[in-house]
Amino acid sequence: MIVDDLIRHPAAWLAAGGEAGAVVSSRIRLARNLRSAAFPGWAGEEECEKIWQKLRELLQAAPTLAGSYAIGMDELELLDRQLLFERRLISREHAGKGRGSGLVGTPDERLAVMVNEEDHLRMQVIRPGLDLREAWSVMNAMDDELGSRVDYAFSPRLGYLTACPSNVGTGLRASVMLHLPGLVLMNEMDPVIKGVTKIGMAVRGLWGEGTEAVGNMFQVSNQISLGEKEEEIVHSLEQIVLEIVEHEKNARARLRDRKEAILRDHVGRSRGILENAHILTSKEALDLLSGLRLGLEMSILKCVDRRLLDELLVLTQPAHLQKREGRKLKPRHRDLARAQRVRQVLAEAGVKPVE
Amino acid sequence: MLCESCQQREATVHLTQVVDDSVKKVHLCEECAAQKGLDVHGPVSITDLLMGLGKAAEAGPEAVAGERSCPRCHMRPSDFKKTGRLGCPDCYESFTAELMPLIKGMHRSEQHTGKTPGGVEGVEPAADEGVEPAAGESLETLQRELEKAVAGEKYEEAAQLRDRIQAARSAAPGGPVS
Repeated sequence: MIVDDLIRHPAAWLAAGGEAGAVVSSRIRLARNLRSAAFPGWAGEEECEKIWQKLRELLQAAPTLAGSYAIGMDELELLDRQLLFERRLISREHAGKGRGSGLVGTPDERLAVMVNEEDHLRMQVIRPGLDLREAWSVMNAMDDELGSRVDYAFSPRLGYLTACPSNVGTGLRASVMLHLPGLVLMNEMDPVIKGVTKIGMAVRGLWGEGTEAVGNMFQVSNQISLGEKEEEIVHSLEQIVLEIVEHEKNARARLRDRKEAILRDHVGRSRGILENAHILTSKEALDLLSGLRLGLEMSILKCVDRRLLDELLVLTQPAHLQKREGRKLKPRHRDLARAQRVRQVLAEAGVKPVE
Repeated sequence: MLCESCQQREATVHLTQVVDDSVKKVHLCEECAAQKGLDVHGPVSITDLLMGLGKAAEAGPEAVAGERSCPRCHMRPSDFKKTGRLGCPDCYESFTAELMPLIKGMHRSEQHTGKTPGGVEGVEPAADEGVEPAAGESLETLQRELEKAVAGEKYEEAAQLRDRIQAARSAAPGGPVS
């Protein structure tokens, strides 16, 4: 079973990237449609099923997707679809789909293609750290391969045609996930959101559209997809991310200089609760893990295995917890299982204060 | 966190909105969000927000009498207003008059300059539109100024520069971009 294989290793975006710190991961997403078919939301189930069967074959034959798996959403239990969402392989909307929709992806989770979500094709490349350019070059190659086999809906004026006019043009959405506890603790996040929004970028929560920024995690992405070249979009986002990272570094430095007691208290409480709690909601866990991460990055805490702690970001999510327990759990039982898992991992990772 | 509207149910819909110069955060439960015209299932439709077409603003689900529909997929503008999504690629041609202002509002541009199928880089000039030779140079200057403004956190200036760049680009859709 594909999903059982996936959970044996950490999600691709969590594998430690180049510069551990504020940048968690980079993602490039491209929307494409077939010229000859209605968009998935307007086509009937039968037409969607035909498109899915045709595209799954074409996708699996593409060299960049060599060795990929393909699963129909109707072949998966709800819990497994939620698990794919938590690993950021599919969107929340796609997790709610059934027959006629599917996912094709590589086992290392770096490439994933949703078929018949809002558009016929939603292709994503995801990489740890700030790596947008490499992600774009992989995506560009995959798109060229498919473009030579599929007749894309395209107009010289409006570019690639998408179900929602907000994606028309390049169909490109580049996004970077950032961990910004310094800016949040210094109460400086609002001006950053304001600035980023003003220049045509969007700031969202950890799991994308409509989700709140829990655990001090923010996703910054381009809003405008028409009128700029792909490389320009990627470049602007990269510049803005570097800018925000610089702000975050400054905020952390000022936190240490001026509010050291508050900082140490925040980190110490986060560790204390995570190590001792017996009931943890997923929001509380994410917020406290942010404090732990900050402590490690500011040398207030040390640990033997940082990767174990990073993985908790996904492993404490509802579907992952239930999959591990091998059964469905009510929310309050999940909170118990989550706390137990966190205590165990913190002990394994050997988290200690720096003397 | 409790819903800010009813103060009773857990807030599950979280919105961040920039109004003029302040960031506003709204936390609502599904019921209250739905009452306020937000489609909580499925992504919030930017189209609807831009056009002021939230579910609550809708007069009724029935089609407007005598409404045109897309010759290929038979979607009507009223269907699009409901879902925020078009029926097929041909809808862009069928409803050009309605869609272009919307697209320009969203992207501050109406000319694709990115890659084209077949992997050919570069711009395909739209028919009947001239190329201004000077556009490339001034665009480059503007782009540099924009980067400087962003680096210096002058976001107001950056926004203005960005608008100028977009204006220059749409004036010369076939011109060199950078």
